[in-house]
Amino acid sequence: MSAPTAFAFCRRLLRRQWVLAVRRPVEVANPLLFFFMAIALFPLGLGPEPDRLASLAPGILWIIALLSNLLTSDSLFRSDFDDGSLDQLLLSPQPLYLSVLAYVLAQWLLTGALLALISPLFAVMLNLPGEAIGTLVLSLLLGTGVLSLLGGIGAALTVGLQRGGVLITLLILPLYLPVLIFGTAAVEASTSGLPAGPYLALLGGMLSLAIALAPFAMAAGLRISADAG
Amino acid sequence: MWSFFHKLGSPPWLYGISGSILRWLLPASIVALLAGLAWVLLVVPPDFRQGNSYRIMYIHVPTAVVSMAGYYVMAIAGAIHLIWKMKMADVAMKCAAPIGAALTFLALVTGAIWGKPTWGTWWVWDARITSVLVLLFLYLGVIALYEAFDNKEAASRACAVLSLVGMVNIPIIYKSVDWWYSLHQPASIKFTSESTMDASMLYPLLYMIIVFYALYTCLLLLNMRAELLDRERSKGWVRALLKGSR
Repeated sequence: MSAPTAFAFCRRLLRRQWVLAVRRPVEVANPLLFFFMAIALFPLGLGPEPDRLASLAPGILWIIALLSNLLTSDSLFRSDFDDGSLDQLLLSPQPLYLSVLAYVLAQWLLTGALLALISPLFAVMLNLPGEAIGTLVLSLLLGTGVLSLLGGIGAALTVGLQRGGVLITLLILPLYLPVLIFGTAAVEASTSGLPAGPYLALLGGMLSLAIALAPFAMAAGLRISADAG
Repeated sequence: MWSFFHKLGSPPWLYGISGSILRWLLPASIVALLAGLAWVLLVVPPDFRQGNSYRIMYIHVPTAVVSMAGYYVMAIAGAIHLIWKMKMADVAMKCAAPIGAALTFLALVTGAIWGKPTWGTWWVWDARITSVLVLLFLYLGVIALYEAFDNKEAASRACAVLSLVGMVNIPIIYKSVDWWYSLHQPASIKFTSESTMDASMLYPLLYMIIVFYALYTCLLLLNMRAELLDRERSKGWVRALLKGSR
């Protein structure tokens, strides 16, 4: 059997990750459940006044999206690292750049993208004004892409470690901050009737930069982790 | 030219040359620091609005400047280690992280102490302060990652990747927090830009920045020498050195 071309290989990798995830639907649902439960904490902790919740909603929604992304990023490479299939990937002649991009894309589709599509429901529960909901979905779609790519760097660097779970949060939370700032800024702009376009464009720019550069860091991180293991 | 690079990779050579640099740089920078402190505490006139409290600026601004530069020292040393596998660059990167974290912490603490009498508060979520706080997190992340690996060769490569990723992030953080702040409210507290400072206050500040760079170099070299001795403790030159000093 001849080796598949790079893109065919990535398609197979993407499908494999997708099938693996879909066969365990509870694991796909867990981050969403976390999002839902964490949303419920805020009206209990801050008081249920609709106006107050509405003004805090952009920040609350974005922070929880960020945290639920953080929860899933640790598991990105872990099972493949443990069973050795990651070593096979590193030894294969396929470009690692595209392979890790396929990993992240599969993960993003089932966490960030799904979360962005469900977010209007939670936005309504927090009384976010209706005209901001479109911006929220768009900003989450763009922003969680960046978060997944940055989380992938943290996952690649810590996958060989026994206690990677807490460490990864220390490594990548500071990197998440610009996304949080622009994500909430976009939503807040549209709640106050200002154009959100510039913020969304900047999020898109970050996403392009992250797609271009993060796979290099991830590939380097995976090689280091595999060498150390 | 190339022999210099080869020598740079040799621990005994680096140990020797750093010793002869430190022999004059360390006393010189301590004397310069004491002289600078005397200058800013006794000679420089008090500010007409802030009185004497502004004098902490002469510690605050240099630590902040050097802590940022220190991040680049760490990240560039890490890159050199990743690309050319130069062992001494790895030593420099590892040793730069705690010094940089300490300087960043000092910058934050002195800023808080200065902020209390001037702004009436210890802490503001201002653009500049937040970005320095993030810098501290980045340093601490590098230290935590290094300590988490048992294999120190892998640890230094992983830290190099992380500090390079963080380096891309620093200007983004800086700009983004500016934007974020301007959306909420216009800056009510303005940092005095250097051009509006009187020369009698500006020159001591520039002097102190240079002194802190010299101190940073001393600390980095001292830390690197300790790390070199630790790593090479089973090698002949370290044994010979220890026997000679006994």
